[in-house]
Amino acid sequence: MSPLLEIRKLGVHYVTARGTRVNRAVDEVSFSLDAGETLGIVGESGSGKTTLALSLLRLLPTAARFASGEIHFEGRDLLTLSDKEMRKVRGKRIAMILQDPMASLNPLFTVGNQVAEPLRAHEGATRKGAWARACELLRSVKIPAPEARVKEYPHQMSGGMRQRIVGAIGISCEPRLLIADEPTTSLDLTIQAQYLNLLRDLQKAHGLALIFITHNLGIVAKMCDRVAVMYAGRIVEAGPVKQIFDAPAHPYTRALLESIPRMSDSRRRLTAIDGQPPDLAALPAGCAFHPRCPVAVDRCHEEAPPDVTVAPGHFGRCWLAVHANGGGRA
Amino acid sequence: MTTPVVEARRLSKLFPVKGGFLGRSAGVVRAVDDVSFTIEQGQTLGLVGESGCGKTTTSKLVLGLEEPTGGSIRFEGQDLQELDAAGRRHYRKSVQAVFQDPFASLNPRMRVGAIIAEPLVTNESLPDSDVRKRIAQLLELTGLPERSADLFPHEFSGGQRQRIAIARALALSPRLIVLDEPVSALDVSIRAQILNLLRDLQAQLGLSYLFIAHDLAAVAHMSHTIAVMYLGRLVELGEAGELSRAPKHPYTKALFSAALPSHPDERREEIILPGEVPSPLRPPSGCRFHPRCPEAMARCSTEEPQLRPLEGRVVACHLFN
Repeated sequence: MSPLLEIRKLGVHYVTARGTRVNRAVDEVSFSLDAGETLGIVGESGSGKTTLALSLLRLLPTAARFASGEIHFEGRDLLTLSDKEMRKVRGKRIAMILQDPMASLNPLFTVGNQVAEPLRAHEGATRKGAWARACELLRSVKIPAPEARVKEYPHQMSGGMRQRIVGAIGISCEPRLLIADEPTTSLDLTIQAQYLNLLRDLQKAHGLALIFITHNLGIVAKMCDRVAVMYAGRIVEAGPVKQIFDAPAHPYTRALLESIPRMSDSRRRLTAIDGQPPDLAALPAGCAFHPRCPVAVDRCHEEAPPDVTVAPGHFGRCWLAVHANGGGRA
Repeated sequence: MTTPVVEARRLSKLFPVKGGFLGRSAGVVRAVDDVSFTIEQGQTLGLVGESGCGKTTTSKLVLGLEEPTGGSIRFEGQDLQELDAAGRRHYRKSVQAVFQDPFASLNPRMRVGAIIAEPLVTNESLPDSDVRKRIAQLLELTGLPERSADLFPHEFSGGQRQRIAIARALALSPRLIVLDEPVSALDVSIRAQILNLLRDLQAQLGLSYLFIAHDLAAVAHMSHTIAVMYLGRLVELGEAGELSRAPKHPYTKALFSAALPSHPDERREEIILPGEVPSPLRPPSGCRFHPRCPEAMARCSTEEPQLRPLEGRVVACHLFN
């Protein structure tokens, strides 16, 4: 069976008005996702994770260009679709949840209106039918008294409730893929736990494939089957979550895991990563991580490492992994 | 035993809410209600809780930015209310703060040297050469290159800006620094640098911290003692390691069970609380947590539990009476 989503060597560049500067925000990114599976995309700000998510929906800002690659979704390359065809994918087959629910909801329309909108647009539902369905959707995201809530406006709700409304809009047309970009960063801890459980329930009930865009490895540990770690626009490591936590192949992943405080061994000194994430407009030569890498060798300064398979389904982009593997390429 | 740096006793802060007809008072928000804690010299008190629990108001009370409505704060044994003008000045110099967003807390039009020196210039009359020496010292202490003094904040990354904010907080050699979410605005790979720096400075200078953060693992990592607040009340307070390993109060349990795992195999008992934090304008009767509490009893809705000592910590819950 072919995967639900398959991305091949995707490159997205930001170009300045005069075309003098090119930022490779997403560079040679490949991954695939099966139906019902959860993939975490982890990275720091500027690593390209949000650009990657937006490119799946072809919602990139005007300065961005698709430079290379293919995005196969349900057997079609999304990059070859017309705008009209793409509109039928967006919100219907692929939906997205953004970080700040107040920014994704329109303050001037009732919640019911906004949950019903995609149903009216994509499924030609009648006003009445869409409204009834909106009530049902609010119930499915566990909003108490949905019949009363549909008539309310976003400002009358708490942050956690707003984010659940956004979730209800996301699943309204029964998409196959839901992309969640830092969906719980603005929520309190106990509300975050509620929301993550809700997403998991919705995923099970609808057989959704989920992509979690996050900087938080804890969310990955809790929610995801597989994870892709991004650094400076590239996926530097990808594989099953457990394997990556147990045996990270890339020094960046390893350093990230070691730099995070854990509840169990408090007051241990953290292993800090020196330096700071690079400027995409002036990437270092060779491997982009080499200036911060504790184990960099000469080759890392000159030549970008290829993808290597370190274990079944587990890839790393590092010269050390190449050498450990006897030079076998993926 | 040495006197604690800060001792808060039965502290409360009420905010009247204006509203209704002709701005008549519509009630009060008990932002901080009967909260007591101590911060020992060279130690860190971690303060956790969700939005609206009173963490920020507590930190403002400690910083002297708000006057308490009830209770008292003692600084090195001295009641703040009894301080004269000179004592008050000394207090303000001894208690400094580092905030969450180093992009908002540094003036973009001032050079870093001037930012760091500002507390010195306004509080002490030092000759220029001494100020310059102190700036160089502070930059070194916080791991910034010496030439930073002549640059502007926009020339620095988030992590470096937070170092500048820390250097400024250290300028007057304070005894206590209030750290309000000091790393949550920073990139993940930078956070450890700043947490380590804060720990090193504490060891080197004998500083005390009041550490406020959402990330429970970071709080457990940094703190000697942890205080948990819910809707303005202190619900549990105890030694950091024990409290995070074996929380007693049902709210603390739920809060720590909601913390994200550090490994996919780490499975802890998951307690998902129903509902959301109620409005502090109309807190529930009895124990404020009872409508969401999985272990609530009849008594919880009528009688407010008091903090009682329990196995080396204090807990406010009827379960332990």
